[in-house]
Amino acid sequence: MAAAASMMPNFGQQISSKNDLVPDWTRQEVSTGTTIMAVEYDGGVVIGADSRTTTGAYIANRVTDKLTPIHDRIFCCRSVHPTLTLWADPVCRGAWPHLLCGGFRSGSAADTQAIADVVAYQLGFHSIELDEPPLVETAANLFRASCYRYREELMAGILVAGWDRRKGGQVYCVPIGGMLVRQPVSVGGSGSTYIYGFMDSNYKPGLSKDQCLELTAAALSLAMERDGSSGGVVRLASISEEGVERRVILGNQLPKFSTH
Amino acid sequence: MEKRCLDSQVKGVSTGTTILAAVFDGGVVIGSDSRASIGGEYVSSKTINKVIQVHDRIFCCMAGSLADAQAVIKAAKFHLSFHSVQMESPPLVIAAASVLKELCYKNKEELQAGFMTAGWDRKKGPQVYVVSLGGMLISQPVTIGGSGSTYIYGYVDAKYKPNMSKDECLQFATNALALAMGRDNVSGGVAHLVVITETGVEHVVVPGDKLPKFHDE
Repeated sequence: MAAAASMMPNFGQQISSKNDLVPDWTRQEVSTGTTIMAVEYDGGVVIGADSRTTTGAYIANRVTDKLTPIHDRIFCCRSVHPTLTLWADPVCRGAWPHLLCGGFRSGSAADTQAIADVVAYQLGFHSIELDEPPLVETAANLFRASCYRYREELMAGILVAGWDRRKGGQVYCVPIGGMLVRQPVSVGGSGSTYIYGFMDSNYKPGLSKDQCLELTAAALSLAMERDGSSGGVVRLASISEEGVERRVILGNQLPKFSTH
Repeated sequence: MEKRCLDSQVKGVSTGTTILAAVFDGGVVIGSDSRASIGGEYVSSKTINKVIQVHDRIFCCMAGSLADAQAVIKAAKFHLSFHSVQMESPPLVIAAASVLKELCYKNKEELQAGFMTAGWDRKKGPQVYVVSLGGMLISQPVTIGGSGSTYIYGYVDAKYKPNMSKDECLQFATNALALAMGRDNVSGGVAHLVVITETGVEHVVVPGDKLPKFHDE
């Protein structure tokens, strides 16, 4: 029993820190515990994300924009591996010290930003060489190449979504480890676990753009209700041949569900 | 991953599970999946019933270590029947929940089990209580638990409405369990549901092939 007890993170210790004058979040890494979602519809894609970035218990940015443009009609949504938000907690580090070795870094907002910058550069170059807009699949493959090559060092989960002339609206998922898979609808981030059931039951192939926007807004609101690392506003973007349409749903305008 | 393997060596068979209880207009529905696994790798039972009757109109669902849960429920049943004889009337649902809570709280160092108690009594009608791991007791109209429950928080928040009819509530519970079983590898098998009302108790078992299917299956 004692062995089992010591394996569990001791949250009691976290609450009464030894040095109460210095808040614990000054020592935490920035993490985008988050909820991101992307849905394909006929003619484009809808992507959405929450807007909370945390350092430990402090919300460093409550209006983050996690929808990063990689090219004119290609966006990516970035998330950190869900368990990685635990690694920022010094108490949990103490519980599993054997899992921290030299090359292992806790993934953070920095990792995902760095990858996105690299891919945006590569894609821009590729597009100029081709003299036409790049394919979404190309962008997704560039992400996969970086994530797979550096899979030991990085811990980033990426959703790539966009529109191109060849295949229309597409969503690609590049989870931890560097796999690449196309899915009609995909969720990611720490808040995503809470909405798998909602997404499975509410998504059907053949939804219209407005239905996709509603579905994404509802799913993100539900996840934000339950996940402490997700919150703020809902940022949505719809990408189609016509271009990118962005919108923000503020906290008081989010869909409400019966609270119990 | 390592933590779970160590847990299974220490605790033996554990119910990675999905359990659910919801109040509707006139009764409660309590249900669970039916899979018991060792360390998340081997399914030791495909058809275990995690909904246990502790009294005529009071049922319990357990989550966590199966061994601990069975031991606690055995003790609770004894206490409850004794209490019922002393009071000369059927026990209140909150009495059953409190008995479980006392056992969980007093032995919190040794135990790793949580419970959901649902039932009907004359005083307050249909009720659902949750006793968490450390021994906290709260009353909620709808509650979910177990490893599979994380995947259906969004669904339950969106779909549960107070004062549903019995059929709506049964459908809601079946859907929720099916969705959780679809995503959680340690939940599965059949869906065991029990409907408790003033008039009696009804067991509903939904076998795997009759569970609702969703878009990607």
